[in-house]
Amino acid sequence: MISPTDRIDRKILLHAPLAKVWNAISNAEEFGDWFKVDFIGKTFEPGQKIGGHITYPGYEHLLAEMEIDKIEPQHYLSLHWHPYAVDPNIDYSQEPTTMVEFVLKEVDDGILLSVSESGFDRIPLSRRKEAFRMNSSGWEEQMKNIEHYVAAH
Amino acid sequence: MSPHTETGGSTQELAPIFAALGDVTRLRIISVLCNGGAVSISQLTAGTNITRQAVTKHLGVLANAGLVRDIKAGRERLWEFEPTRIEEARRSLERIGQQWDNALARLKLKVEI
Repeated sequence: MISPTDRIDRKILLHAPLAKVWNAISNAEEFGDWFKVDFIGKTFEPGQKIGGHITYPGYEHLLAEMEIDKIEPQHYLSLHWHPYAVDPNIDYSQEPTTMVEFVLKEVDDGILLSVSESGFDRIPLSRRKEAFRMNSSGWEEQMKNIEHYVAAH
Repeated sequence: MSPHTETGGSTQELAPIFAALGDVTRLRIISVLCNGGAVSISQLTAGTNITRQAVTKHLGVLANAGLVRDIKAGRERLWEFEPTRIEEARRSLERIGQQWDNALARLKLKVEI
């Protein structure tokens, strides 16, 4: 049985050419741009770890580290990471990770991107609580971002 | 990560919960706490022949499994059922899901220019 709390699935239709979407997923710098992590000058290599500071306002003190798993050009990329690594003073390296998978599929009017993150049930609940607390204060930041964005456009 | 390790992981998470519930006294404590509200150790021992020490020990086992938690009410220590255990897991997943929605919205903006 698949536990309802173990995974997240999302699908999004992107009206863009495959090459462009693939670049945004597989090029570390481009990935960092929308994922909000500073991966400038870095690359994604299967089996390699990559780390960078989060660029999302209010979270810049945090380091996001991931391990790239598989890269199948134009089609698939997977990585592992610690989804609740929100405290810079804790060493999360020995804790379980979740797996993030990106699957690109060409459809009539663009690219259907499927994103899943699984393995949450392995993460200690205490970590989940921590993340939840972090996130509730993060919301206010986010609302400010939206305000700034709307005001500037 | 192989399916084998995933199964092992969730079994490992569940084992302490079932172990904690595998005792008549602890099941009784849980059923009392399930009726709602926070209860003191005196209230838990009232009308039974279980000692304070024994209840304290049982509560410790249940707390370690994440099934109950204690709250301080003045000088008193009260215990309550932790129904939020699953609820919290669900809510935190929802939060991460929202973060993905936001990230994917940024990706959409980026590639559709």
